Amino acid sequence: MRNFPTLYRDAVSGNNETWGSPARATQGDPHHQNSSTTHRKAFPVLSFNYDHVKTPFEISLWILLALLMKLGFHIIPRVSSIVLESCLLIVVGLLIGGIIKAIKQTAPVLDSKLFFLYLLPPIILDAGYFLPIRPFTENMGTILVFAVVGTLWNAAFIGGMMYGVCQIEGAQLGHVDLLSCLLFGAIISAVDPVAVLAVFEEIHINELLYILVFGESLLNDAVTVVLYHLFEEFSHAGIVTVGDAFLGVVCFFVVSLGGVMVGTIYGILGAFTSRFTSHTRVIEPLFVFLYSYMAYLSAEVFHLSGIMSLIACGVTMRPYVEANISHKSYTTIKYFLKMWSSVSETLIFIFLGVSTVAGPHAWNWTFVIFTVILCLVSRVLGVMGLTYIINKFRIVKLTKKDQFIVAYGGLRGAIAFSLGFLLTNNEMKNMFLTAIITVIFFTVFVQGMTIRPLVELLAVKKKEESKTSINEEIHTQFLDHLLTGIEDICGHYGHHHWKDKYDAYVKRWLIVGERSTEPQLISFYNKMEMKQAMMLVESGSAAKLPTLMSAATLQNIQQKGVPSRRAIPSISKSREEEIRKILRANLQKTRQKLYSYRRHDLVMDPFEDNVSEIRFRRQRAEMEKRMSHYLTVPANRQETPSVRKVCFEPENKVYTYDDSESPRGRAAQPSPRLPDAISLLSKSPQRPNQTSALRAKGSTELRAKAPDEQEEQDQVKLSRCFSDPGPNEEEEEDGSFLS
Amino acid sequence: MGASQTHSAYKYQDLMTKTGFSLEQIKNLHYRFRQLSENNETLSRENLENIKDLADNPIKKQIVEAFFDKRNQHQNEMGSFEEIGFEQFVMVMSHFRPPTPKMTEEEKLAMRKDKLHFLFNMHDSDNDGKITLEEYRKVVEELLSMSGDIEKDTARGIADAAMLEVASTNVPNMGPDDYYEGITFEHFEQMFKEVEMESRMHVRFLDVDTRTIHCGSSTS
Repeated sequence: MRNFPTLYRDAVSGNNETWGSPARATQGDPHHQNSSTTHRKAFPVLSFNYDHVKTPFEISLWILLALLMKLGFHIIPRVSSIVLESCLLIVVGLLIGGIIKAIKQTAPVLDSKLFFLYLLPPIILDAGYFLPIRPFTENMGTILVFAVVGTLWNAAFIGGMMYGVCQIEGAQLGHVDLLSCLLFGAIISAVDPVAVLAVFEEIHINELLYILVFGESLLNDAVTVVLYHLFEEFSHAGIVTVGDAFLGVVCFFVVSLGGVMVGTIYGILGAFTSRFTSHTRVIEPLFVFLYSYMAYLSAEVFHLSGIMSLIACGVTMRPYVEANISHKSYTTIKYFLKMWSSVSETLIFIFLGVSTVAGPHAWNWTFVIFTVILCLVSRVLGVMGLTYIINKFRIVKLTKKDQFIVAYGGLRGAIAFSLGFLLTNNEMKNMFLTAIITVIFFTVFVQGMTIRPLVELLAVKKKEESKTSINEEIHTQFLDHLLTGIEDICGHYGHHHWKDKYDAYVKRWLIVGERSTEPQLISFYNKMEMKQAMMLVESGSAAKLPTLMSAATLQNIQQKGVPSRRAIPSISKSREEEIRKILRANLQKTRQKLYSYRRHDLVMDPFEDNVSEIRFRRQRAEMEKRMSHYLTVPANRQETPSVRKVCFEPENKVYTYDDSESPRGRAAQPSPRLPDAISLLSKSPQRPNQTSALRAKGSTELRAKAPDEQEEQDQVKLSRCFSDPGPNEEEEEDGSFLS
Repeated sequence: MGASQTHSAYKYQDLMTKTGFSLEQIKNLHYRFRQLSENNETLSRENLENIKDLADNPIKKQIVEAFFDKRNQHQNEMGSFEEIGFEQFVMVMSHFRPPTPKMTEEEKLAMRKDKLHFLFNMHDSDNDGKITLEEYRKVVEELLSMSGDIEKDTARGIADAAMLEVASTNVPNMGPDDYYEGITFEHFEQMFKEVEMESRMHVRFLDVDTRTIHCGSSTS
């Protein structure tokens, strides 16, 4: 301490006299030596310490850059409609790589560890979790044949032919031996799920083709893993015996079935855990993510197929988790998965571009050209040959057009690149990498960009916009039960029978409480209701209010008391249930409450109550108008008194709610809105007197609501601020929500 | 063996042409028929209802009823049987055959229409050619009947919603004076226009006589 003033003076004056004193001081006080031998700086107001945050800073910067690119593409409308997003991203990557090389820095390469452990799992989980199960299982045989046999054929053909090519004099490829060629073939033969997803997502092809190509890309992972390890091991050894080949086959089964088993175990664990999360809703999504990621990592530990494990986990877990978790958690899971997979995909393509510029290359014309040609040829031959065989067993045959799309959609992507990167043999690694990158570029750019016009040209069936119709659901279920019944009568157990049994037993364990017995139709119906209620909230009834209000005046005369006012204190159970259904939509309550209904749950928030009541009435009013258009009950069906208010009219026509003067414009509303109203309508009979009063003037029940609307319009607006409409894509994405 | 084979082939020839089943399939079905009917010539409703596996099926009654429905025999009769013979049994089963690869487009369409008619008949219990709201409600209630304590209103709600959907898709510009009587067969068909009925609605019928599997080819 004592030294400081003198040192300070030194620093200021540049005097060397006191150099001695630090030396003396150091004997007794070494700790102070460091701080006292240097000049004493002024207290740093602003300092620069980049190393401290270097890694996270760079990672964040990369991700941010990637996302900004993605954003940019969609803002420029023309570009995104012609060029695929993945192509653009690769180009961006190339540019960045070029820039980085120009400034002589080392570019981050698509490190295999980074790729396989961090970038790939979100994409696969997203795909697996939202995999459309029905088409997948229906076409399982076809998919497996393409995945296993097709990939094997590709690997063998490409490997073998490349070896033949390498024997050509003058190509300077004599040093490439058979095993290396086979290894190369194994790497390049697999269809890549990331690329397929990126391309097929933009062309909206019909479900069958999508599931065939995509399913194949997922399931061929096992084959790729086995072949890759097999050939890599033996390319060091140099020879492969028959015994080794046999072991390879065994290994394949172990890898694929083991992967699936690991995934299923984790999936069941996840489903079981979700049964108990009713008190800690916030961490529910984490369980889904972590169990799935653990499934992937555990499979990778044993060199099993991580992708298959992840898919199996997602598929197993999903129906049970969705039954158990809250609506918010479901939305969280959905959005997080989409978000992560989007980021991953973007990063992968950009890194591909960067690695292309950065990586050491060994260009060999013959090798590369032949690789590209052979990839195409083997794919086409493979698909055609396999389809010929498969069509003998399929009920819905694959046409030539389908075959073409399947063959053309066999894109290679980053997995091939990463596997190539993992090779340890330097000599041929660069050549292989170059060829792999060329193939990837070719498939993504040429095939990816031309597939869209080709699809249009060939008039391939596009994906139909899934109208989630309640009729479809009813009849699907009816058909399922019918087929099960017929199978039982026939006396042999088909897969309907087993599916039924499985559902009955397993559901009891994995779904909490009485929801395990909830029939699918009801849950479907509830989901639909929620969707419509949300749609209604979002679409904003403010626009419709003026029309309602104009008709208010007539009604003022008619109204006998205000039933709505009466309704709040003496609300019946069924009405409460409806209201709470809408409450759910507005305030995103959990589905659980629908079944654990208790009276006090409803009235806990008086403001809520009003809001819900308004919304409920408004919706009802609209629906009732439409109802009266379409659905009336004739006079002779009075045996169901509680459902419709049957009132007689002189013309012998009976209306539930006389609606003769309602605006015609309402006639052609989209059907998904209706179910909500109907449930409300059917419980309406508590107010018959009101209707008869209305009938006299031919005004609608609708108008009875109008005065309430008027007064509570402000509250409606207020409630809209509180409710969470969500992004506009809600509607499109609800396809997966309801699947 | 040979003589009885040809004899049975002759007996079943009629059935084979009418229904399209193969000889092996018909023999298997006959075996099952005898099992169910306890070796009687005719099958009654109780026989079918006593099948253990059917007990959990929510639409058991409708399925059983379909077997006794005269409309499914394609002979333009109405009403229902009290008991059915093997022929009627096979006739009903033939609605669940998958389409063969050799079928022409018209045959496929005819098969599809057939199957849809079968389904339609199952819903249209009073045989007036349309599925009314009441009948539809009944369908939904039956579907949900096995699933615990479902409120009647919920089932009704679903049925009403579905009915409305059909009405609004098929008759989009109904005025307030119009009355939608019920789902006619055309509207019903419309509901399934995207579903490949001919392949969806099928059950795998055993080709092989599982009782007498032995090595070597059988002469049939």
